[in-house]
Amino acid sequence: MDTEALHELTAAYALDALDAHEVRGYEEHLAHCERCRAELAALTEGATSLAFAVDAPPPPPELRGRILEAARAERSNVVPLRRRWAVPAALAAAGIAAAAAIVLAVWASSLNGKLDRERTRSAHQLTAVELVASPGARRIPLAGGRGTLVVSKTGQAALVLNRLSRAPEGQTYEAWVIERGKPRPAGLFAGGGGVSLVGLSRGVPDGAVVAVTVERKGGVAQPTGAPVFSARMA
Amino acid sequence: MPRDLAHLSDEALVALAARAEESALAELYDRYGRIAYGLALRVLRDQALAEDAVQEAFLAVWRSAATFVPERAKASSWILTLVHRRAVDLVRREERRRAEPLGDETRADTQGSAADVAWLRLERERVQEALRRLPDQEREALELAYYGGFTQSQLAERLGLPIGTIKSRMFSGLARLRELLESGAHGDEWTPKHSTN
Repeated sequence: MDTEALHELTAAYALDALDAHEVRGYEEHLAHCERCRAELAALTEGATSLAFAVDAPPPPPELRGRILEAARAERSNVVPLRRRWAVPAALAAAGIAAAAAIVLAVWASSLNGKLDRERTRSAHQLTAVELVASPGARRIPLAGGRGTLVVSKTGQAALVLNRLSRAPEGQTYEAWVIERGKPRPAGLFAGGGGVSLVGLSRGVPDGAVVAVTVERKGGVAQPTGAPVFSARMA
Repeated sequence: MPRDLAHLSDEALVALAARAEESALAELYDRYGRIAYGLALRVLRDQALAEDAVQEAFLAVWRSAATFVPERAKASSWILTLVHRRAVDLVRREERRRAEPLGDETRADTQGSAADVAWLRLERERVQEALRRLPDQEREALELAYYGGFTQSQLAERLGLPIGTIKSRMFSGLARLRELLESGAHGDEWTPKHSTN
């Protein structure tokens, strides 16, 4: 296949719409075509976003455990564990049962911790989730598609922020509802990790602005700096 | 001791998985397992096959985490690409090519953290809205290729069009979709800049 024809395969490759023969040809070409690598990175973002449009039921809960179990079984293939080979065979035999018990205990406690965290989080956030799903709730995007302010018909509000970096050590994000130039505190959150869902402790009427500042840990009664981002409830 | 990994970026989790840190794989699954399964199910239309595709993709993440280059792609794109590729391989083998929407299976929106569920819901609405704004022919080409698992040649045959037309519809569809969604929409971790507005 000539080079021009190969350039034109980028979109189909990003969508996995090539047959095995075409894939081989394109991947060989990709290895030494900077232009196609750059274009592929961009088109792959477009293709991946299609995954987010799917409305489907969640996976069965046991799938998570199956995957982790299979991964654990393969573990030694990934990184050989140091020192393991230095343990004499007899000691090792006795040690395996004990080690297995410890691994199980740690695993179970980490699961419990996770469940507790989920429960605690859910208790705080149930309202915010219901709010996002509530009919007629308005969505006001933050700049760059990084998050959304959701305001219900009754003025209850939540911020949904994707991949906001964690607040610096000793500090916190603080949300404010600003009416007629007067900011009132509406909740603290840490950010970090995946998604931050922040139910605001204060209603957001029409015309109000929701702003977020970085404050010292524990929060403050009046903002001390400029907002890091904001959205206006038009 | 298990560590709380919730504050780490996706890319940092992949780096930990490369060092055989199992909890990092678990956290990646908690973030993307749901979307991965939804995608696999949309392509495969069969729960058991969808579970297989997701499991194989996450094991591929586990095995090849060390080869992931963060400069070249986002971790989420990499993971979902592995899932999609696996699902398409399976659907071609099974010859179960169906691009019609999923039926009214029961939706149990209680799984996953509340924050993830809320964000996925907003993200789904946003991408669906962007898809609706594409020209019909481009949307059709993207949906048949990505959800239906058809190759470009099969698409050309099915739609009775020259393959060049299919290629250009897929290209402009993807480029337009990305534009509509604003690049970086599910992008790198961000630190908000101070502004005065």
